[in-house]
Amino acid sequence: MAHQSDLIEQDILAYLKSQEEKSLLRFITCGSVDDGKSTLIGRLLWDSKMVFEDQLASLEVDSKKVGTQGGAIDYALLLDGLQAEREQGITIDVAYRYFSTDRRKFIVADTPGHEQYTRNMVTGASTAQVAIILVDARKGLLTQTRRHSYLVSLVGIRNIVLAINKMDLIDFDEQQYLAIQRDYEQFAAPLGFGSITAIPISALGGDNMIEASANTPWYAGPTLMNYLETVPVDGDSRGETFRMPVQWVNRPHLDFRGFCGVIASGTVHPGDELRVAASGQTSKVARIVTMSGDLSEATAGQAITLTLEDEIDISRGDMLTTPEAPPLQSRHPEAHLVWLHDEPLQPGQLYLVKTATAVTSGRVTGVHYSVDVNTLEHKQADTLKLNEIGVARLELDRPISFVPYNQNRETGSFIIIDRFSNATVAAGMIIGATPFEQLGATDSWSPEGGTSADDTVRQVYLSEASINSTGMTVVDLSGEVGLLAFEVSSSFLDYLDKGNRVLFRLRNLEQLPATATLAYEHTLAFEFDRTADGISILLFKRGSRFVSGGFDNKGTGI
Amino acid sequence: MTSNLTHLQKLEAESIHILREVVSEFANPVMLYSIGKDSAVMLHLARKAFYPAPPPFPLMHVDTTWKFREMIQFRDKMAAECGLDLIVHINEEGVRQKISPFTHGSSLYTDIMKTEGLKQALGRYKFDAAFGGARRDEEKSRAKERIFSFRSANHRWDPKLQRPELWNLYNTRIKPGESIRVFPLSNWTELDVWQYIHREQIPIVPLYYAAVRPVVERDGMLLMVDDDRLELLPGEKIEYKSVRFRTLGCYPLTAAVESEATTLPEIIQEMLLTRTSERQGRMIDHDQAGSMEKKKQEGYF
Repeated sequence: MAHQSDLIEQDILAYLKSQEEKSLLRFITCGSVDDGKSTLIGRLLWDSKMVFEDQLASLEVDSKKVGTQGGAIDYALLLDGLQAEREQGITIDVAYRYFSTDRRKFIVADTPGHEQYTRNMVTGASTAQVAIILVDARKGLLTQTRRHSYLVSLVGIRNIVLAINKMDLIDFDEQQYLAIQRDYEQFAAPLGFGSITAIPISALGGDNMIEASANTPWYAGPTLMNYLETVPVDGDSRGETFRMPVQWVNRPHLDFRGFCGVIASGTVHPGDELRVAASGQTSKVARIVTMSGDLSEATAGQAITLTLEDEIDISRGDMLTTPEAPPLQSRHPEAHLVWLHDEPLQPGQLYLVKTATAVTSGRVTGVHYSVDVNTLEHKQADTLKLNEIGVARLELDRPISFVPYNQNRETGSFIIIDRFSNATVAAGMIIGATPFEQLGATDSWSPEGGTSADDTVRQVYLSEASINSTGMTVVDLSGEVGLLAFEVSSSFLDYLDKGNRVLFRLRNLEQLPATATLAYEHTLAFEFDRTADGISILLFKRGSRFVSGGFDNKGTGI
Repeated sequence: MTSNLTHLQKLEAESIHILREVVSEFANPVMLYSIGKDSAVMLHLARKAFYPAPPPFPLMHVDTTWKFREMIQFRDKMAAECGLDLIVHINEEGVRQKISPFTHGSSLYTDIMKTEGLKQALGRYKFDAAFGGARRDEEKSRAKERIFSFRSANHRWDPKLQRPELWNLYNTRIKPGESIRVFPLSNWTELDVWQYIHREQIPIVPLYYAAVRPVVERDGMLLMVDDDRLELLPGEKIEYKSVRFRTLGCYPLTAAVESEATTLPEIIQEMLLTRTSERQGRMIDHDQAGSMEKKKQEGYF
């Protein structure tokens, strides 16, 4: 079934040849112990014949000793790795599982549903392309369903399987299944997933896991395994902008300087013109060097070594890109932060920030708000504690090159490291640069300095590059002193036209006229709010007001 | 974001990224080379990662003195071909005490010759990062192992001190004396390793291929008679059988399987049709439930 036994036996070479085209899918399963998550994964491993006889023997022994299925095989025991947690009966960390079929290899990030859920789920989801959200058919959507869905959307997973489990316990009732599916689609609409596929299953009984179940004649969709084997994993990177963080400069001798890295997006060929993001210097690709000969093309995901035609200064931390579309450069990125450590965030304290391109020191200058992962409400916050998520602004010692996280995971993510304990304390996903920096004169501005004289007018350029589409867009002007004037790009107006809204944070009333003028000139609705730390103005197109508490749908409007 | 790469291409790219990251961020890395198939793949990936330069770190083998002779020959040949420095470390204290898997049992023997030997070697050369070829699919306790696995100054692995690993951003910061074990093959399975060896035509120790070899049956396992240190117990006799090894370690602790697989495709065929996991041939895992977890906490790879 999972592997073509006949072909393996009769023509192993043909089989091996067919295996060379196999793809790789990484997914995460979200649910609590009670949802049957471990049983589901154990079942996938079992049915794809990844369980060997000796493991089966110890599984049988373990099932009798500590199993929860009354001595029958407890698939969940295939998964519990560490003795300590097996005794506690809960998993307490992210575990990775592997199985494969003839079409695909799968890596499953298995995360616990209980304690540390945010930290572990975000960790597991960070490398996953698909999330399986488990729901107990008897209970329907729970708070945790909401929480899990928000977290996977935050981390950029676009494809969701809603696995409605324990269908056997509701007699495979179609109406109940459809009701849960409808509830979920309604709830998840603002999260902007690319696809939601509901599947009625019984992980324990194997219904719709591998084979279509005779118990659900009303269901015509894929089985879970069908889905996992066929869901498209990769977009076409041709036509995308080429970007590669330089990880290592290979200089075995004076005549060879190779720039090594993993391509984050796009493709590259010998002869292509490239630009160093930070310095702006350009050169052409001379060779793409590998041990088995030069390549004529390399594409996103490959780890390559490039040589260039000219001797230009490039080191670890630089980013190579196509000249037309350099990444953003900023010392003040705004980002979603997920706090991973027992020690809460200390705003103003110096940390290390590691991105795909560099390690730099920096601080979190302010938390705009934190997000309640259960209700998705924004709350005012001064700091972030373990498992809390918020939007914050960073101030780095050096500008970094990045692309917003919702466009590219590799070049939009970072971790924060404590300088003294060396612990990884937070994960970050960059939303964008602060608006001032879109002007170009980025390094001259600093929030403490308050450099601009009070009588000068600060020209603020608003473009699509200064907005994000993972949540409500925030243009923070509270660090700016003096009068403002806005210059607005058509892409920014398009963004508003699509029904998105933009929140302006103002320092004082002085900044109000410019914002009001912006609304007047472009016929925007203008909502004023006095908050504890200043003024908030919400701008949006009348008639397309967005459902409160939700998220915009990648600019497609609601 | 990525397009049309096969599973092996993706695994390869991830491993190469890990290898380069360590070389970029650590002062004194080393590659632990166990001579087995996983080490062979890891070494091959290192050559690819730094080509046209040789990998910028030495290979180190912790020699328990009980390895198969063909493994030692293969080790020396590979190091010379790749242009790498080879450090061979033997726990001399263990040799003086004549520690043997036959007389001291697999548990004490592994602890002294392997775990202690490894700690001595890492301490002596002050390596701050050590590559190992372990995979997460090998054993349940490894499923949660990080790719960058943090070890305290006394080489202990503490599950609570392991750092969350997000995306491909690895926290490489350590204090003096601390170290990180790095597992570039974490996400590979046994099948991936074999398919990659086949695709890339990577040389492996001949013991993986079936041949007629002298063996003794003991406790239901076939032990190969590699030298005269294997003393026959009453009733045991040396037989000649066509056997091969699915995993290679110290010869008294590694069981052979009867096989006719003399080519790579035949090995993969046999592996896919067999119903026992590769670690079954390793006696160390059978000592007690959770035994690998205990060994890891003590510093075993």
